[in-house]
Amino acid sequence: MAPSLSDVMTPDAAALAAAQKGEGRAPLEVGSPGHDLFTGLTRLGDNCLILGHRVSEWCGHAPVLEEDIALANMALDLIGQTQLWLGLAGEVEGRGRDADALAFRRDGWDFRNLLLVERPNGDFGQTLMRQFLFDAWHAPMLKALEGSSDDRIAAIARKAGKEVAYHIERSADLVIRLGDGTEESHARMQAALEALWGYAGEAFIADAVDTRLAEAGLMPAPESLRATFDETVNAVFAEATLTRPESDFAHQGGKQGRHSEHMGHLLTHMQWLQRAYPDATW
Amino acid sequence: MYAQMVKSEATEEDPEKLAAFQARIDAGERIEPKDWMPEGYRKTLIRQIGQHAHSEIVGQLPEGNWITRAPTLERKAILLAKVQDEAGHGLYLYCAAETLGISRDELTEQLLSGKMKYSSIFNYPTLTWADIGAVGWLVDGAAIMNQVPLQRTSFGPYARAMVRICKEESFHQRQGYDLIRKMAEGTPEQKAMAQDALNRFWYPSLMMFGPSDKDSVHSTQSMAWKIKINTNDELRQKFVDQTVPQAEFLGLTIPDENLKWNEDKGGYDFSEPDWNEFYEVLKGNGPCNADRMEARTRAWRDGAWVRDGLMAHARKQATRRVAAE
Repeated sequence: MAPSLSDVMTPDAAALAAAQKGEGRAPLEVGSPGHDLFTGLTRLGDNCLILGHRVSEWCGHAPVLEEDIALANMALDLIGQTQLWLGLAGEVEGRGRDADALAFRRDGWDFRNLLLVERPNGDFGQTLMRQFLFDAWHAPMLKALEGSSDDRIAAIARKAGKEVAYHIERSADLVIRLGDGTEESHARMQAALEALWGYAGEAFIADAVDTRLAEAGLMPAPESLRATFDETVNAVFAEATLTRPESDFAHQGGKQGRHSEHMGHLLTHMQWLQRAYPDATW
Repeated sequence: MYAQMVKSEATEEDPEKLAAFQARIDAGERIEPKDWMPEGYRKTLIRQIGQHAHSEIVGQLPEGNWITRAPTLERKAILLAKVQDEAGHGLYLYCAAETLGISRDELTEQLLSGKMKYSSIFNYPTLTWADIGAVGWLVDGAAIMNQVPLQRTSFGPYARAMVRICKEESFHQRQGYDLIRKMAEGTPEQKAMAQDALNRFWYPSLMMFGPSDKDSVHSTQSMAWKIKINTNDELRQKFVDQTVPQAEFLGLTIPDENLKWNEDKGGYDFSEPDWNEFYEVLKGNGPCNADRMEARTRAWRDGAWVRDGLMAHARKQATRRVAAE
């Protein structure tokens, strides 16, 4: 056993350390630049966290061994990106919350992910289509974020962008192969597209936070990514012999913290240990 | 040990060829897939490598059980990476088995029909987060005991797969120990979870080595062929001797009143696991056998349309290429 060191954490030192971390500092004011940036970063981080969680639910249950490996890989990338985005969000907030505190101790209404990523896995076709629709937005989003006026954002985007370039290549390829596979695989992919299309549009609809972030040069205007998204999905659907649904109706709310019923169940799983044993470290 | 009770096949072949084959093995040569080999050697290896591969695949399930509940992002990433490694091990091992003339699909069908087995250990449940630590520390620890010597096994593809697997397994064991150490040094509840995990996983881990060699009918031939390097009892003793001080460091108690250092043999005396329980688990009566097989069967059945779709697309592409030429 290592010899124990003397305890330097006196109450004074603990208070100073807490103050330095910002514990007890007032929350950021809604509408302030700091709050906008925090919101933008939690939107990015929560998308990765919730989708990474969903994808990780497949572990050990995929249709073929190579897909078990690929799905775990995607989930790993997304969890890694979560650590970066939420870590930065916590820093910007300055109240002593790190990425884990944001992931495991916020309630549903504080999550800012798109409704798309919290959709249940369904069959492999739905999981794949959800991934493809997300990737087709995520890739150009990260590309645009590389030009952010905030160097920290640009650096994370560059790193994540390399991973997501592979994600979109994989998901597009599989959508094509299964769309243009058997009659059954085609029907399942078309059904998945119809079930999820209504959740694809939320990413492109700006609210006031998005607009201010875009004006500050921190993040791209959401609608500016639509053309690239359309180009990608149209090309892939054509090759996959899938029909793009006519209506562009978009469910909204996730970005503002209004989630589906599924979200609470997901968080119940994800946050259980941290909530049940709040004094523990892991 | 991920392969238990692997039955060796008797071989009735040209005695001269057999003698020459044995001489190669005795000289420490590697047997490669295109080399002549006795049918018994081939069949025993298929059974052993296949069982090992199946164990990696089924072994994803008890750990996957906690991925969605991992308590920090880092722990979640570590666990995901570990389970992904296991799927990778399954893949190398299926590839090694394929060099012996059996396809991965055939092996999978044999697993799902119950004709082939996987390690008994994966029929035990992971009930708390500490179990994820115990699996890494004890289960991977026990597996490594067997797998390290298998890096020198006589069949080339198996030995080479094992080199890579061992590197990753050693890493997993350290991660598991780190996890359970954090628990053992944590709150009273965490410490209780760590002790409970050790209590439940101790004897099933000892069972992983298989019954005593005194009762094992298959060991002699497999050892002559160098597809089994050490006896079950040697490995079990080594595992106990290695693990006891690790448990002491954690402040955890191994659930065995008879555990005692024996100066004469330079190792610990310890209680045998309940071998009746072991045979019941092999027969399908472990706590999770039905759930594990159900999960694997469902994944295979529900995934059929995906595999069929991919194959159909590949055929269409091939036809289009021919038409374009």
